Amino acid sequence: MNLNLKKESLRKVNETLQSIDRKSNKKIFKISNPDGNHAICAGLKDEIEVTIDGHTGYYCAGMNMNANIIVNGNVGTGVAENMMSGTVHVKGNASQSAGATAHGGTLIIDGDTSSRCGISMKGIDIIVKGSVGHMSAFMAQSGNLVICGDAGDALGDSIYEANIFIKGKVKSLGADCEEKKMNKKDQNILRSLLKKASVNESEIKNFKMYGSARKLYNFNIDNVSEY
Amino acid sequence: MCGIVGIYLKNKKYNSQLGKFLTGMMNSMATRGPDSAGFAIYSSEKKKKYKYSVCSNTDQVKEISKKLSKQVKDIKVKSISDHLIIETAMKPKKFIEILKNHDELSLVGYGSCIEIFKQVGNPKDVVKNFSLEKFSGSHAIGHTRMATESAITTDGSHPYSTGEDECLVHNGSLSNHNNLRRSLQKKGIEIKSLNDTEVAAGYISNGLSDKKSLKETLLDGLKDLDGFYTFISGTKNGMAIVRDEIACKPAVVAETKDYVAIASEFQAMAHLPNVNSAKIFEPEPGKVYSWGK
Repeated sequence: MNLNLKKESLRKVNETLQSIDRKSNKKIFKISNPDGNHAICAGLKDEIEVTIDGHTGYYCAGMNMNANIIVNGNVGTGVAENMMSGTVHVKGNASQSAGATAHGGTLIIDGDTSSRCGISMKGIDIIVKGSVGHMSAFMAQSGNLVICGDAGDALGDSIYEANIFIKGKVKSLGADCEEKKMNKKDQNILRSLLKKASVNESEIKNFKMYGSARKLYNFNIDNVSEY
Repeated sequence: MCGIVGIYLKNKKYNSQLGKFLTGMMNSMATRGPDSAGFAIYSSEKKKKYKYSVCSNTDQVKEISKKLSKQVKDIKVKSISDHLIIETAMKPKKFIEILKNHDELSLVGYGSCIEIFKQVGNPKDVVKNFSLEKFSGSHAIGHTRMATESAITTDGSHPYSTGEDECLVHNGSLSNHNNLRRSLQKKGIEIKSLNDTEVAAGYISNGLSDKKSLKETLLDGLKDLDGFYTFISGTKNGMAIVRDEIACKPAVVAETKDYVAIASEFQAMAHLPNVNSAKIFEPEPGKVYSWGK
């Protein structure tokens, strides 16, 4: 089913996608002329596949549950923010706060993301094939952030129990983020994520892993400047 | 919040559509700044002539023209909504002094190719009032304002111009503008309003008058201007964009072989020709990007 945002209102298109008749066989949708509109495909909750042809604005695929959303273009701030499950695949670049606060699902970005990718992530898997901007994985609580390119300043600042896997250079680490030794289990996690994003699995040996040093969990006067 | 937009045409075939392009950009940024709007248009340079963009609080254009032509020889006055574009060969220093004797007029910008218009009200109405669609030129910069730092007045609207053919639009706010205003005023830079952006415009004018390039001046600004901002600055030769190091304030650039467009959000550029095949990127924090002749 084709949904043209030049002909139909954004609200109508989102309503159509949010109220799928589960008995029907209509599972594949295409959205044309997104023209940078905000909140396209926000709040979907069924196992459907939506392809967006073009560039989107803020909060594309926000709060997604179950749906598989593909964007043939760039996305604005907060793509897949607060996603619960499902997959969002961006073929271009993403703006800031990609996958912010998301609890689950998979976010794949073929290009780069700008700052704060995976900020406060709570269980999502994010795979960025390019580089990420500053303050990525800021206060990340759970889940995995895989970066095939480089990271900007303050990677993993105040991180909790999320994992960061990175192949390229880290400009600087944030407070309480440190390099970790990768064990078999971690390697398996990374391998499966690379596979999901169709990245060559043999690359895993080139990745480093970062996580929390757990020094800021309880107040300690020696760390006062870091809080 | 505020919306900022800019477009620089590399291909002259689009010059006649500059106003149309900017109208679409301003209209879609109306949601980011419904309080007031303004824009600067750069068209071809008139040798030995200056254009003074003036906001007038009276509709008696004929009388003003008469009064001015007594003081200034060879003067042409064009009236658009509540603005006048006054064209004369008289040098800025002298003409600005004359304007000061006219309480009903306030200067918003001047130079050999810049024209500036700004007004309180929804951007969609403002661009209509000034018939922006009909303008042509080589580059243009626009702003839609959600007021934070100073009152909703024409004086508080962007773009700000504190030097010949210069202008600045700003999304964000500055926290050290009072100190900076005082030190710039001591150096002779004229800053009329209480607005933070006008201080940044004065800072740029000061840098340029010290023979620094726009790029150098904006890089120095990263150290001297405290606050958060995305700036688009225009000069006779082109335009530049810079974001502060935290980069909270959005910006996206689309570049094709025919033009470079900058906007707070991509939707402001969705109507531009071939934008879907443009090179689209977000300016990195603390880095100056510029385009021009």
